[in-house]
Formats: sequence, structure tokens, C-alpha cells
Amino acid sequence: MKTPITFTLNGEEAAVFVDPGGNLLDVLRRGCGDLSPKYGCGQGGCGACTVMIDGEAHIACLTLAETVAGRRVDTAGGLADGPDLHPLQIAFMEGFAAQCGYCTPGMLMAAKALLDRNPNPTRAEVDEAISGNLCRCTGYEPIIDAILEAAKHRGAA
Amino acid sequence: MVVEYRKDLFADERADDFDVVGKPILRQDILGHVTGRSPFYDDHLFDGLLHMRCVRSPHHHARIRSVDASGAERMAGVVKVLSARDVPVNVNTLLSLINFGRDDEPLLATDKVSYVGQPILAIVATSVRAAEAAVQAVRVDYEELPFVLDVEEALKPEAPVVNAEYPNNTFDYADTYDHQKLRFGDVDKGFAEADHIVEATYQMSPIEQAPIETCGAIAAPETNDRITVYTSTQGLFFSVGVTAKQLDLNSARLHFIGGTVGGGFGGKVDSHHEPLAALACLATGKPVKYMWDRAEEMQVGAPRGGERWKIKDGVARDGRILARMFTGFFDAGAFTRLSSYAVQKSTGHLPGPYSIPNVASNVYCVYTNRTPSTAMRGFGITACDFAIERHMDKVARAVGMDPIELRILNAYRDGDMKAHRRAAKNCALIESCQVVAQKTGWALSGEAMRASSKIGGGEGALGLIPETVIDEEGRIGERRRTGLGPEPDAGQGARRRLPQGHSAHNSSAFGNAPQREDMAAEQERSGFKAPMAPTAPAPKPAEPAPVAPPAAAAPVTGGPSLPSAYTARPAASLPTPPEPPRPAPTAAAPPPPPPQPEDPARPHFQRAVKRPGVSRFLSGTRRR
Repeated sequence: MKTPITFTLNGEEAAVFVDPGGNLLDVLRRGCGDLSPKYGCGQGGCGACTVMIDGEAHIACLTLAETVAGRRVDTAGGLADGPDLHPLQIAFMEGFAAQCGYCTPGMLMAAKALLDRNPNPTRAEVDEAISGNLCRCTGYEPIIDAILEAAKHRGAA
Repeated sequence: MVVEYRKDLFADERADDFDVVGKPILRQDILGHVTGRSPFYDDHLFDGLLHMRCVRSPHHHARIRSVDASGAERMAGVVKVLSARDVPVNVNTLLSLINFGRDDEPLLATDKVSYVGQPILAIVATSVRAAEAAVQAVRVDYEELPFVLDVEEALKPEAPVVNAEYPNNTFDYADTYDHQKLRFGDVDKGFAEADHIVEATYQMSPIEQAPIETCGAIAAPETNDRITVYTSTQGLFFSVGVTAKQLDLNSARLHFIGGTVGGGFGGKVDSHHEPLAALACLATGKPVKYMWDRAEEMQVGAPRGGERWKIKDGVARDGRILARMFTGFFDAGAFTRLSSYAVQKSTGHLPGPYSIPNVASNVYCVYTNRTPSTAMRGFGITACDFAIERHMDKVARAVGMDPIELRILNAYRDGDMKAHRRAAKNCALIESCQVVAQKTGWALSGEAMRASSKIGGGEGALGLIPETVIDEEGRIGERRRTGLGPEPDAGQGARRRLPQGHSAHNSSAFGNAPQREDMAAEQERSGFKAPMAPTAPAPKPAEPAPVAPPAAAAPVTGGPSLPSAYTARPAASLPTPPEPPRPAPTAAAPPPPPPQPEDPARPHFQRAVKRPGVSRFLSGTRRR
């Protein structure tokens, strides 16, 4: 039996019916049409589906959809403010921190969760924050550089 | 990352109007990536999307006695169960589109499975969960068969036949040759002249590409009787061609949309998802998604093939490599896919970027009961380069020489004749070595620092194609007595040195023409006769006095500085091949050994029925 739930998705109200045991990734992608979180493993190993729930990074594929009822969910699809990109997005673009782009939305959300709670992270803290996110293209260094770069920008802004 | 553009090197060979290197350039697709809007294949939503899951073999090798899907067909949510009977053209090989190789791989297995994870049935259901449950409900009765997982084991006569289309467990090049061969000069001569023989075996394991986006495709019916396929493929036209062939459809009915690939690294060229998804779409009239989960990606996804390389070098005391012999085994897994091509690539890459006057190689594309392998980032080259460069270090230790200087000494110069009979040009290994040494503070001798890719190339014998040993049929290379299979690694220690060790296992050595009765009979049958019956027995090469054992010699010779042979171009000092060093090879070939009674010690040839040779020229009797 499906359960109706409502939650806030990227600042707007979302209302969906979810299957018992249904995971947040499916609900976001198919129920809400937000395709920015990606399926990579379905078992919490790759981080491609990382979203923020009430400001904290979570793995959407391992989150029961019903548990987000009434909470705030943010995805990479809502990171930009209209046409204005988030500093992380700009830093990823300019720092060549994405190649195939499949891990990027999850990386961005893991990074945003970090910068929101720690605006001036050390390199080690950035390492730690994205340690649950796999990337097969970049070798991680450009991603770490981009996150540090974005932190610098946000600090200056 | 700092990119340094060395404009001082080769300035005169290059247009100097490059204006991209060193400048940041935005990827054209980067905006979609950072906003999460790049359209990967799974980012297309459809009402009523059906999902596909496959029933897969749990065995390395088994005969399928029966398949009972009746339970699965009755389950809630199951829409269609597809088997091999539903596939119009079930058997295919990827490169058949360019006429390379025979169709050997079924889309869905029929009578037997040859690797763990090989698909047997494809079940289409309204949800992934329903499809997975239905897969569990299928009963397959298997008769397990012996399996082989090692390339050299697979070449033994008693090995099980992995791939019925290739009963020798090797790919047949031009339907004739069981390996790719390269011959340049006479390695036996080179080994005989060498001061050190350096031999080693190198193994590279299979590697999964592990893209973060798993392989898959969605096929959806269009309103104009076409099927639109959204796919993760790296080879869109491979996928269109294969789908049209296997579904026996005009490709005008197929509309393929790809290009946004969530990481491929070679693992997304195999074109297995698109035909199955499109077939299910045709059978149900609904959009169907066939997407691997992570476990399938890792287990069933075709990896980089494992490779085994045996290298034997004959090296002069001063570090010049006089002869290099390769035996390579490329593990194709159960089916060909792109491995046949990988072997050609690797053969084209030998003997590495070095001027070596005598080169021989036999490289086999071998079938085993492993997951079929496919492309991955330089496949066919990476492992072979790994082996070559590790071997260069080993050679450097054997002659007591700096490893970078050894490379500079032997590197191609412009004008050197490569083993593939093309002059080397635009060489830059020496300069690259020098820059690396500078950057890392690695001391090189003055001579090594003064060397240049432009100096000394093609001098003397180095610019010429050497007299190359050929058999009495005028073919390049030896007649292999054993046909299939490597020379066993028998002789240890002193026996490993040529010619004893070599000729003991591969009596042909080079230029000899040992004939087997079955091969002679085959010649009879095919009407081929050597132009002249060999008469004069060439003197059998005397067992050369074993040269100083490498172990003893290694530490003694050479300090860090280069030998004086250095500036005089490595092989410039090589003896030029004696003009006609031997009479016409046909005449020079020693006579075939007297007909030998069946020798029980040579099981390779008594099992012709079990493992009949494919090659008229190499492997004995013909297959059919």
C-alpha cells in the first residue's frame, strides 16, 4: 500500500505516494522528476545519489523515502539560484573537476554539506567529506582543489 | 597539475601555433554536469516502463539440460520471458560488422554456458523487484563441465573446449593462424652472440572498468514504428549495427540516442544491452529498461583481459639488446569480443620503443571460462608495456647499468628500422628520458645527456631490414612443432639458455623445418609442396658454450657510466648481417628429421581429434 508523504525539495513543497520500503532515490527521480541524484550501486557504496536532508549529506539509495516526510531535501538540481551558479559549481567547472559528470551531483552535495558546516575546511577535512563518493575519471585531486577553491570564494564573498 | 610544454625540443619539426596547451578550457558539457542536467540514458522517464533482469549461469562451464520458466511466467508483474528462441539472430561477434572473426557469442545461451554470469533468459516485469523474484523462480538443470581458467592450461590438448566456434581455444586469424607472429632478423643468432640471457614472465590480471554509471539501455516504441534506444554505449554505431543484425531489423527503424556516458573506460562497447532491450520493446510494445545493477557490472561486465608475457632477451655486455623474443597470451575469456584485436595491437607494439636487430614474437588470443574481456584504456598495450619496461629494468640489473641509460642506449632514433619494417620517425624517448632525469635529479652520464633521437638513427644495419629467418615454404618464422601451446617452461638454470632450452621445446628453433607426419600429410592433401626438397643438412648449431651466467656477470660489469659503444649508436657496432648469410632458405633448411614413430612424450599431436589444429601451416591437421 502506498503512503502519501510531503517534504520540501529544493525549497518547494513536494507531495508523492511512496511504496513501502521504497528508497528516496527512486522517489526523487521517478516520483518528483529530479534526475540529478544518480544510481551507481544501490548499496551505499558510491555516493552518486548523495543528497542533503535537513542540511546533512545522506545516501538517497539507502534512505527510506518515508523518513523524509516533513523534512527538507536538497539536491544538486537545486544548487544554482536560477541562472546564478553556486560557487561550488563554478569551481568544479573551472577546475576541471568533472569529466563524465556522473558522480558530480553527489560530489557537489557532499561538498556543500561540508562547506555549510565548515566554511574553511582543511584539505584533510575535504578528503574526509568526499570519502564516501567514488569518481573513476578525475583521480579526485581536481575535485578536492575545486572544493577548497570554492571555500576560498565563499569566504571572500 | 602543472603542464610544461617543452618548446625547445623538436622546434623545427612542429608547427608552433598551438594555443590551447596550458590554458583552461571549459568542457562543452560541463554546465549540464554541475547542474545535474546532463542526460544520461537512465535520465529519460517513461510511463509504464518495464524492467529486465537476466537468469545467469552460476557455473564456469556447464551444459544446459533444461530450463523451466513456467513458474516465473505465472508470477505477478512478469510480462515476458525471452529466451534464445526469441532472438532472430542469436549468435554474433562484435567485430563481425567489419568482417573480423566468426560469430561466436549467443545473446542468450542455448545449450551451454561458458562463464559465470552468462545470460540464459531475460525476464521483463513491471518492476525490478518483480523481475528479480521471477529470475529466482526459474529452474535450470545444469550438467557441470570441466572448465579452464588459465591461458596456458587452455592450450593444453586435454583442456576443455571453451568456445565451440574455436575448438583450439585460440582465435583463428584469417581462419588460418592460431596466433599473431612477428619475425625480424634471427633471434637464435642474437641469443648466441649475447653475453647475458634475461628471461622473465609477466602477468597482468583482468581489471574491471567499474564506471559509476552501470551499463544499460532503455528501448521505447515511437509513434512512427521506430524504436528509440537510449543507451550508455561508447560505440553508438556498433550498437546500432549489432541491434539491427541480431533483431534482423532495418537499421532505419532504430533511433539510437547516446553520447552522454557515465564513465566507460572501454567497458561500454559490447552492445549487449541494446539488442535485448529493443527485443523486449518489440515483444511487449512498451518501453523497457535493461540496466545492470552494481553486482552485474562487476561480475558480468567485461573486464580488461588478463595478459601473460614471456620475454627473453639476449643482451651484450655493454647493454645493447641483441635479440628479444616474446610469447604472449591474451585471456579473451569465453568469447572473442575485442580480444582478437587486442592481440594485433600488442603485436604491433613489440618490441617496445627500442632498436633491437632480432625480434620474434608469438601472441595468442586464448579462450578460457572467464568473463569475456573487452576494451579498457589501451588494452593490448598496457600490459605488454608493463612487461617490456619491467624487463628493461631487469636487463639493466643483469648488465649492471643505469636503467635510464639502458633505455637511452637502446631507444629508437629517427631512421632506425622497426621490427614492423617501417622506419622510426619523430622519436622522442631519449629526450623524454633526459627530461625525466633532469626533473628528478637523476644523474646521467654526459654521453647519455648528449644523446639525441636525431643522431645516429638508421646507421648501418640499423636502417635496414635484416635477413629474416624463414621456413622452407618461404614463410616468416619457424614451423612450430607443437603447434599450439607455449614452449613448456621446463629447463631451469643453464638449460634455459639458447639454443638448448629453446630448441629442446620448440625444435624448430628458427630456420629449421622439423616436419611432423601429420603436417606432411596435410601438405600432400593440400597439394602444397616445398619448391625444392631440402637436401644439404645445414650444420646443426653447435651447443654454444654457455656464456657467463648472468647472475655472476651482473655485478661485475659496468658502472653507472655508459660503455664507449654508446656514442657510436647502440647497434651501429652490430655486425651487419652477412650479405647472403645463407643460401636461399629453401635450400638451406635442414632436412626434416627422419619420420619419427609416434612419440608418447609428445601428446600434443596424438590428440588431433581432441584438439585438431586449425592452421594448415602451424598446427597440424585441419579442423573439419
